[in-house]
Amino acid sequence: MSEKSEKSSTSGKRHSRRKKPSSVEEVRRAVVEPGELVDRLIEEQGLRQRLPPVLVSSVRSLILKKYGARPDELEIRREFEILAKVAQRIHAAMEPAQKIVPKAIVDEVLFKLMDTAYRYSLTDEEIARIREDVVQSYLRALVEPGEPVGTVAAQSIGEPSTQMTLRTFHFAGVRELNVTLGLPRLIELVDAKQKPETPIMEIYLTEEHKHDLKAALEVARRLEHTSLEAVTASAEVDLITESVIVRLDKDMLEDKGLTVEDVVNALSRERSLAGRVRVDESDPLVLAVEVPKAYSHITKILRFRELILKTRIKGVRGIRKVILQRRYDPSAGKHEYVLLTEGSNLAEVLALPQVDHRRTRTNDVHEIERVLGIEAARQALINEIMNTLREQGLEVDVRHVMLVADLMTWSGIVRQIGRHGIVGEKRSVLARAAFEITAKQLFDASASGEFDSLRGVTENLVIGQLMPFGTSMVELKTSPQQLARGGDAK
Amino acid sequence: MSKPEKVVKGVKFGVLSPEMIRRMSVTAIVTPEVYDENGIPIEGGVMDPRLGVIEPGQRCATCGNTLAQCPGHFGHLELAKPVIHIGYVKHIYMLLKATCRSCNRVKIPEEDVVKYRDLYRRLRERWPQLASSMVEFIRQRASKALECPHCKARQFRVRLEKPATFIEEGGRGKLYPDVIKQWLSNIPSSDLEVLGLDPEVARPEWMIINVLPIPPIAVRPSIVLETGMRAEDDLTHKLVDIIRANEKLKEALNSGAPEIIVEDLWELLQYHVMTFIDNELPGVPVAKRRSGMPLKTLAQRLKGKEGRFRGNLSGKRVDFSARTVISPDPNLDVNEVGVPYEVAMTLTVPEHVTPWNIDRMREYVLNGPYKWPGANYVVDPSGRRLDLRYVKDRKALAEGLKPGYVVERHLVNGDVVLFNRQPSLHRMSIMAHRVRVLPGKTFRLHLAVCPPYNADFDGDEMNLHVPQTVEARAEAEELLLVEKQILSPRYGGPIIGGIQDYISGGYLLTLKTTILTKDQVSDLLATIDYSGEIPEPAILSPVEAWTGKQVFSLLLPEDFNFIGETKLSSGSLKCTSEECFWDTLLIVKKGKILAGTVDKTVIGSQQPKSLMHYLIMEKGVKFGAEFMNKAFKLFLRYIEMVGLTMTLDDIGPKRSALESAVKVIKNSYSEVDKLIEMYRAGQLEPVPGRTLSETLEIRILDVLARARDESGATVVEYMSLANPVYVMARTGARGSGLNITQMSVVLGQQSVRGERIWRGYRGRVLPHYRHGDLSPEARGFVASSFYKGLSPLEVFFHAAGGREGLVDTAVRTSQSGYMQRRLINALQDLYVEYDMSVRSPYGELVQFRYGEDSVDPRKTAFGKAVDIDRIIVKNMGWRMSL
Repeated sequence: MSEKSEKSSTSGKRHSRRKKPSSVEEVRRAVVEPGELVDRLIEEQGLRQRLPPVLVSSVRSLILKKYGARPDELEIRREFEILAKVAQRIHAAMEPAQKIVPKAIVDEVLFKLMDTAYRYSLTDEEIARIREDVVQSYLRALVEPGEPVGTVAAQSIGEPSTQMTLRTFHFAGVRELNVTLGLPRLIELVDAKQKPETPIMEIYLTEEHKHDLKAALEVARRLEHTSLEAVTASAEVDLITESVIVRLDKDMLEDKGLTVEDVVNALSRERSLAGRVRVDESDPLVLAVEVPKAYSHITKILRFRELILKTRIKGVRGIRKVILQRRYDPSAGKHEYVLLTEGSNLAEVLALPQVDHRRTRTNDVHEIERVLGIEAARQALINEIMNTLREQGLEVDVRHVMLVADLMTWSGIVRQIGRHGIVGEKRSVLARAAFEITAKQLFDASASGEFDSLRGVTENLVIGQLMPFGTSMVELKTSPQQLARGGDAK
Repeated sequence: MSKPEKVVKGVKFGVLSPEMIRRMSVTAIVTPEVYDENGIPIEGGVMDPRLGVIEPGQRCATCGNTLAQCPGHFGHLELAKPVIHIGYVKHIYMLLKATCRSCNRVKIPEEDVVKYRDLYRRLRERWPQLASSMVEFIRQRASKALECPHCKARQFRVRLEKPATFIEEGGRGKLYPDVIKQWLSNIPSSDLEVLGLDPEVARPEWMIINVLPIPPIAVRPSIVLETGMRAEDDLTHKLVDIIRANEKLKEALNSGAPEIIVEDLWELLQYHVMTFIDNELPGVPVAKRRSGMPLKTLAQRLKGKEGRFRGNLSGKRVDFSARTVISPDPNLDVNEVGVPYEVAMTLTVPEHVTPWNIDRMREYVLNGPYKWPGANYVVDPSGRRLDLRYVKDRKALAEGLKPGYVVERHLVNGDVVLFNRQPSLHRMSIMAHRVRVLPGKTFRLHLAVCPPYNADFDGDEMNLHVPQTVEARAEAEELLLVEKQILSPRYGGPIIGGIQDYISGGYLLTLKTTILTKDQVSDLLATIDYSGEIPEPAILSPVEAWTGKQVFSLLLPEDFNFIGETKLSSGSLKCTSEECFWDTLLIVKKGKILAGTVDKTVIGSQQPKSLMHYLIMEKGVKFGAEFMNKAFKLFLRYIEMVGLTMTLDDIGPKRSALESAVKVIKNSYSEVDKLIEMYRAGQLEPVPGRTLSETLEIRILDVLARARDESGATVVEYMSLANPVYVMARTGARGSGLNITQMSVVLGQQSVRGERIWRGYRGRVLPHYRHGDLSPEARGFVASSFYKGLSPLEVFFHAAGGREGLVDTAVRTSQSGYMQRRLINALQDLYVEYDMSVRSPYGELVQFRYGEDSVDPRKTAFGKAVDIDRIIVKNMGWRMSL
């Protein structure tokens, strides 16, 4: 929006410098900037004051679509008059619907109506009929109170899952990465597993870096967790000098963008190694790491070797592999570089200045909860479940998935769907006993003198009563016999 | 009706006190003997007649009722020494740790106890989860204290030696149940509350058993075997064990036996009481029957899928139900179910006699139980049930019928019944149908309801239930009837619709080239009982002729407009304008098909935003069901007229096409050879993060998959819409392009776990190959088609790949079944309140507005509450053009 107005204001200046056209011919010949002209007309006629923004922008875009390449001021003006009138008509006709139907829907209706009116023209009668249909179909689509939406949601997710493949792994676009998909992934999500089986991050880069292969590679290098082992050709224990002789691999160093100095610095950062790392004078690729006292015993010295080989030289903890992918970015209309990682560390990745923190995502719901909060975790759950289902070609309405995600998160933490989460924390003893670990539930309930007030489904089923939902939710009852007798109906 | 309904408002849980057990008891059990020499139960034994009746006709010695009425009565057994109730070991352990060994108070300073108690009481109702965390905290804090804040006594560590032995380390050593009982009974009630116990109903000393309740006989009936032998219930066996152990212990105590002996016997009693309660305790030897079968004691009766809770309380066995094989019947309505006479004459519906139905009722009674439509029972106003099988004079009974009688009549046409196929994964797995009594022994159903039930006719069985009250029938009719379930709540779209031949039939009928004579049109319209005018013929001369589109249009409402692509409209047959040659853009204006054919995306099941979907949404489900009835009958009739079948030739590829297909595969082979060569020479560039051999496999799979698709495409390209196989695949009736490829060109790579098959012999799958042969044919690429036939080796690979699919399904069903059970259990209590919020029954808000817009997905067009594109087409589609 701001971009648009900016453009019109600069071109507006140019226009005002032009002389007033003196004849029709001149008007026709005058080079008109259509967009600017329409904007001016909108301004002059006070369209923005009279009409909702959707209609105004619709008028604008419709004219530009037709006359963008054929700037003819007279025709544009005529067209504008007509369209403005149509818009006015539609606006007036749709007015009564706005009180009932949500704005988002009304806006869409207005937009589509403009388009239709432009192509086929619409009579007032037709607009009125469409308005009635819109209102009717909205009101008809509302849920009925008492609807057992929980059960419906559970079935809507559970039923299609029988059709899912069990194949755990699948390549998500790139062959290099394994991603858990299908039923195992769905179970993992509703289980609220602490760590996904295959944590994955999708890292988007900022404007300056995303189109530049070099810059993207640089970020990838910074991210990838590199241990000493990865750049080591050989590592031997020298028992005489009590040190570990590490021979670095030159090619690997280059590949990871490291120098020997980097390695020495990284090793020296470790408290136990500070000052114990020396570069061999004869060969700059050989490091000697002195074994500290605590490890000097012969049985421990090999453990020490393992330890230093695991030392992180650079990268972000948890990110095991980074893969660069070239993707089409529809918003920019060109390709951009995106980093896919095996392993996830949201907090540290988001902290990098080259990373576009708004689009970067991870599939680790718990990590999202820790870093971004419970609301984000809810959205992540919705996205992940929907993607898992959609990837298998199963269509499930978002509303069902939202309900599951909301139930898992409304208490403020992500809770599992199962014994250790929502079901285990149910208030009803009978419902818990009917689910799992029956005897323990009953013993605990009796010790703490629990009272089951029989409000849920299972409890009432067990007792043999109706559950208070749907047609049984109504509490008002009449007794026809008593009414007939003229008594008070209770 | 006039009886006021009793409602259970709640269930309170607690522990029975010894006093309560004695008061409940009708007799003390004193002897391990059960029966005397004559087989008569001994008084004071576990089968004491005062504990209830077991045989019909007997009267209870306690309450005087017969078997049906007597609920059974508890007895009791005084234990010589108290034992620990195994279910409460954890609670006792907690109490021993959290309370002082000398003053027996909770080891928390008084002011904190008061504070905690206050907080706990406030939390308990609103935030039970927080309350239990708080209790956990208090327990831990109290357990940590090394010195009692009340009496300053030094504390010792109490250790639990599983299953039920407590040891005070450094103090008194082993704590015997009587000592513990003393300790527990001294804990003040006010302290127990902060430890999460309810002293009103569960004093901790009651968790030590010194009086054991003996369950009524009704709970543990003995069975008489054919041989006349009596077989006792597991519980009875266990009780006898307990009494015996108790007797021995008592004797030992009375005779002043040495402590070791007493202790051993005490331990034995503890064991028997423990296993009486739970026979699957970790670390405790399982009590077994003589046959070696473990005894099923109390906990085992409740537990698990077949236990009391899941097996008898959450799921019950019912009367008025039937089960048999299902088979299809295209002549039924979608709402109907065909029921065999035998079933109809067994299942009954109670019908009250009124002045309006009395003649019919008399007829039923007269017909009796063996002639349909008859009746099996008559209930007279006094509540007496007359079995019509044994009524001598049915005529008299029929004459005597008057309002007030209830006739349990046979199932008749039009009755509403519930029909179900397991697994019942969603609500469409149980739908209400109208009965149509038919000859035969199977349930018959309309083919369009197969998708919601996920049914086919390869031997599937289904269940049928007859609602017995007017309320139940009303709900079944208004909510569960098939037509009310056409729209799926999972996504906004119809789950019931055209399948298989209905789709091919629709396509063939509405084809541009379908020209029908007057005879044919009459025939078609007669099958759907059409009673209006026959429209103007599309062709007047030389003979009057109609198009198939015209016939189908007769079913559409006159104000119906629709524009949409058909399934056929893809690839070279794609249509985007009215003028399109391929006739794959469906245009309906004012109820007339002007262009396009009817196929899967138009009338198919599970096709949202289709013509069928909008018809149902706009004209109502009743119209929708009726439309399906007629349209589908029409399609089938047309198929019967023109014939639709396939022969082997239909999947036989043209020679020229096959040649190019073979060439494609040959090329891919040499490409694979090249890859293998490169791999052997070490020239293959590995994919980052993969080993060289993995890279090779990935590349080979890629090449071969491409080869299959390409060669398939070359052959399918030559197929025409005159080929019924191709028609079925393209219209979405059955099969896909891949299926055709596999039938006529090449089966393709067989895989196990997403890899080429490699298991078998060392370095090769079968001995027919060389070691380390990586070529396509050695690793499961099947180059033959089903048409050509598979070589023995290819059959082997195909079977290996096929088996994976079977294993997969078997594993998957159990996994997804468990996931669904958990989902249901977690979500089932949520409902929409009158304010459109989603709440739990305890008033907890889960969503402020259901789905953020309070829209029911079932009533949407694929998720959209207002489908504006549709509304525009609906109103002015008749003058729109593309």
